[in-house]
Amino acid sequence: MSIGQPVTRLDAEAKVTGRARYTEDLLPAGVLSAVYIRGSVAHGRVLDMDLSAALALPGVEAVFTHADVPRLLYAPAGHPFSLDPDHADVADRLLLTGHVRFHGDEIGVVVARDELTAQRAASLVAVSYEELPVLTDPREAMAEEAFAIHPGGNIVKQDGFSVGGDVDALLAQADVVVEGEYQTPVTQHCHMEPVVAHAYMEDMERITVVTSTQIPHICRRVVGQALGLDWSRVRIVKPYVGGGFGAKQDVLLEPMVAFLAWKLGRPVRMALTREESMITRTRHAMRIRGRAGFARDGRLLAMNMDAVSNTGAYASHGHSVVSAGGGKLCSMYPHAAVRFHAATVYTNLPIAGAMRGYGSPQIIFACECLLDEAAKALDMDPLDLRRINAGRPGDVNPRSGKPIETHGLADCLRLGRERFGWDERRAAAQITQAAPEIRRGVGVACFSFNSGVYPVGVEISGIRLTLNQDGCVTLQAGATEIGQGADTVFAQMAAAVLDLPVTSLRVVSTQDTDVTPFDPGAFASRQTYVVGPAVKAASLELRARILNHAALMTGYPASALDLKAGSLVATRQPARVFMSLKELALDAYYHKNRGGQLTAERSVKTRSNAPSFGCTFVEVEVDIPLCRVRVTDMLNVHDCGVVINPITAKGQAQGGMAMAIGWALYEELLVDPRSGRVRNNNLLDYKMPTFLDLPDLDVAFVQTAEPSGGFGNKSLGEPPLLSPAPAIRSAVWNATGVKADFIPLTPKALFPLFRDAGLLEGAR
Amino acid sequence: MYAFESYHRPQSLTDAVALLAANPFARPMAGGTDILVRLREGHKDYADIVDIHGLPELEGMSADRGELRIGSGTTFAALMTSSLATRLAPMLIEAAGWVAGPQIRNTATIGGNICNGSACADSAAPLLVLNAHLDLIGPEGQRLIPLRGFHLGPGRVERRPGEILRSVRIKSEQDQGLGTAYVKYSMRQAMDIATIGCGAGVRLRDDQSNGIVDELRLAFTVAAPTPVRCPTAEAAARGLPLSQAVKAVAEALDQDVSPRTSWRAAGDFRMHIIRTLAERMIRTAAKRFASSAANHQEARTC
Ligand SMILES: Cc1cc2nc3c(=O)[nH]c(=O)nc-3n(C[C@H](O)[C@H](O)[C@H](O)COP(=O)(O)OP(=O)(O)OC[C@H]3O[C@@H](n4cnc5c(N)ncnc54)[C@H](O)[C@@H]3O)c2cc1C
Repeated sequence: MSIGQPVTRLDAEAKVTGRARYTEDLLPAGVLSAVYIRGSVAHGRVLDMDLSAALALPGVEAVFTHADVPRLLYAPAGHPFSLDPDHADVADRLLLTGHVRFHGDEIGVVVARDELTAQRAASLVAVSYEELPVLTDPREAMAEEAFAIHPGGNIVKQDGFSVGGDVDALLAQADVVVEGEYQTPVTQHCHMEPVVAHAYMEDMERITVVTSTQIPHICRRVVGQALGLDWSRVRIVKPYVGGGFGAKQDVLLEPMVAFLAWKLGRPVRMALTREESMITRTRHAMRIRGRAGFARDGRLLAMNMDAVSNTGAYASHGHSVVSAGGGKLCSMYPHAAVRFHAATVYTNLPIAGAMRGYGSPQIIFACECLLDEAAKALDMDPLDLRRINAGRPGDVNPRSGKPIETHGLADCLRLGRERFGWDERRAAAQITQAAPEIRRGVGVACFSFNSGVYPVGVEISGIRLTLNQDGCVTLQAGATEIGQGADTVFAQMAAAVLDLPVTSLRVVSTQDTDVTPFDPGAFASRQTYVVGPAVKAASLELRARILNHAALMTGYPASALDLKAGSLVATRQPARVFMSLKELALDAYYHKNRGGQLTAERSVKTRSNAPSFGCTFVEVEVDIPLCRVRVTDMLNVHDCGVVINPITAKGQAQGGMAMAIGWALYEELLVDPRSGRVRNNNLLDYKMPTFLDLPDLDVAFVQTAEPSGGFGNKSLGEPPLLSPAPAIRSAVWNATGVKADFIPLTPKALFPLFRDAGLLEGAR
Repeated sequence: MYAFESYHRPQSLTDAVALLAANPFARPMAGGTDILVRLREGHKDYADIVDIHGLPELEGMSADRGELRIGSGTTFAALMTSSLATRLAPMLIEAAGWVAGPQIRNTATIGGNICNGSACADSAAPLLVLNAHLDLIGPEGQRLIPLRGFHLGPGRVERRPGEILRSVRIKSEQDQGLGTAYVKYSMRQAMDIATIGCGAGVRLRDDQSNGIVDELRLAFTVAAPTPVRCPTAEAAARGLPLSQAVKAVAEALDQDVSPRTSWRAAGDFRMHIIRTLAERMIRTAAKRFASSAANHQEARTC
């Protein structure tokens, strides 16, 4: 049984030896390079672009501006298409714009024989602007009289919900009411492979785009929409991807390279620099006001949250992000009433889109900060407060109205308390908390998440299995490997159902929309959950076909035959081997009178969405005079249902924890409010932590058996990122007595807080 | 892709000097870890390259009567694995460990670090504290000058046209009678540029960690437009018991440094860090002086 086995990633060796091929390794001969001409104001109208110097540069093939592109507004967000027009994504993009909405907006494109020439030419284009007011703060942008960045105004959308009871009445009854206002920064994914794509045409009709994307099938549709082409005229090929984290759950360069290849009839590539990648998509900064009421015994009665989400210059995923964050919160403490309201606002910042966690990190940060306020007010251990409120299996999620079949949060807290040594560490830390220099503190926080997008969006997943002549099985999935290990767990699932060793599975890692079964792609921590049922169905079907063919060969009924460890055996006497799968396969392919190629293809829609849970325990050491926080120990405990692969699950968790430490302590994209220019869109000034900045990251699992998951599993992709930040913020508060209502807790941000709290007087 | 205009790879130091003398725009390139970053940004100043990487005259380390000679082409990785340098200039090795990460340290040279003229060069504080000298060779011949004074401003050094830094010379820490310490305060523990770098060298009068300060040398990076020594603070500390000396330094430091306010960090924050680091590095250096003096004593008695 391959489920639960520590199978080495199928692509591990190819990736570390450099054999794995990525988009830029696949360039066609004669490819031209294209570079954007970017707006050099944060808000303005292009009055004139002088292209003469650029066009005169030897090696330049063409220059296009906003005047040359299709007048088709399109929505790049990587969501499954919605049949409900009210649910469609906001179509606010053109391939190139004459209305510059952020510093670096794409106003033209140069195509040249090489990248250096294209860059030089782009820098030779003189542009004059009518400058418009620059809005970077959503509060200003929301004002009645604010300049409209888009024709419909600056509020992309606002809405909310109220579930589980009358929030106002419950707050009025509560013994203790706490409140706070919390702020989270603009951050960036920093995927290793930048944003890259190229396109070519092999006939007069169809365009092939090779691209580093999480969402090949969605990408095909959006390229079709942006260029006004039938969707099947576009073919997207997705080779190995060097990370996406949500930035590539968006359609980025693909429509442009397709447009250029179409216009010029020649292959064209684009590869954004790191600096450009960092202003291409970001995480939404949010400001969240919250109030929560508790009974004296610690029961959370009601929580009210009001969030403002800054989506930057274009909607991209827009309002879905903050709204998903609110929606996914309700299964964590399901006995409480929750009222949630959110507004998503345009500003002149780079575009915020999808990023690991998708609104949940921000909302959970606010929620867990409120719980810490309450623990203080009630004089309770913050861990006990969470234990009291954690849901139990069978509780009804007030938002979906559905029972939560597996709810492992309380068990996660129990396991973590022991494994982390919460009580001992908390007591030991307290002893340091009057020291002038080095203090320790501990923190804990919880999260809930979902395992897909249903019922907000469709959940559809396709798998094709083919029995090869040698008895190995080729697996094609529409779901994508982007570094998270998806291919490996798909192989494990198929191997489990077919009773084959994982080494007998050949996973086609490349998606090609001409041939790959349909699946929208890697996002929403959905793939293992929604692909599972498709793998299971296809595997069972292939197994049945194999047994049918074995019946033809042996003359026994298929029901008397079984596939065990790669051999065809008698059901009643598994030791009696009729033939190997290879022998059967050769017969099926080449016998002149019977059989055929044995394949199975299933497309499965999932109509459930299991919430997953977990928590973070953290210890920090604060060097007070240096205003510096160091995470000394961190444990994440996850209820992701059945763990399909313990090595890759642990790696996924550790990656998320590291990313969360970056969000909590290090990373923020800084914008000059006057010019709207990003100051640190490079990896020197954007302080993503290194290995030396991270502690050992401990991970534990509470394995529940989720009945709706194909193999008992629930989501694990994004969840590891969700709870560390509030736990870290809480630990800093515990260590120093200084409560920050924002992240990241950088030294320069802590300095004024420590100074005002009188902590720096000892150090003069 | 880089926008080179010309590229030469001379086989000897003499040829390199001649090539530089022949083209006033040409720049020597050692590891290229500063130059290539700038070329990528499209800087015109770095388009004509004379590649001095690997020239034998710039390689290697040696010692002569307690003076360490480090070839300018020595990488930080080579420095860190040199037992000679570790014995004679432990402070420089401590600083080398703070440079970037292993990949860059395998390429970046000490010569490039100094000649780049950056206020945040990690080798600058230890070399200033250790009163290092630079051995330069140019069309007009050779000269030996103190490092102190070589930095003129951001990105500007007192290097004459066509000159190449051949080696760095340091008298051993032991002969100078100093306990030393360096720390880089940066947002990350690797792959980062200093917010403030601080190096201290201390000699105590009576070999005790709480003894009288006989000599203090204190240097900072990023605390001014160039790496700086702190003459006022150093003078203020002289003759005082360590704990008083530390206080006197904190008060005098304003005179020696001029941290700026930028979006990266506010001036008052930098000043606070400067004072905190000064205290910590002086104390660490004093402790090291006392323990090495004690070891020395022991070695002599047995
Ligand atoms: C990712 C990264 C991280 C970094 N981190 C750090 C860090 O933590 N600390 C730090 O201090 N620096 C850091 N740097 C900067 C750089 O690596 C160092 O300054 C390095 O020592 C430069 O040496 P080089 O041999 O690569 O210099 P080069 O780039 O070859 O040259 C730099 C300058 O010095 C001149 N030059 C070089 N050699 C000579 C010579 N012999 N004579 C005369 N002029 C010469 C060149 O003309 C040029 O102006 C980092 C750089 C990168 C890319």
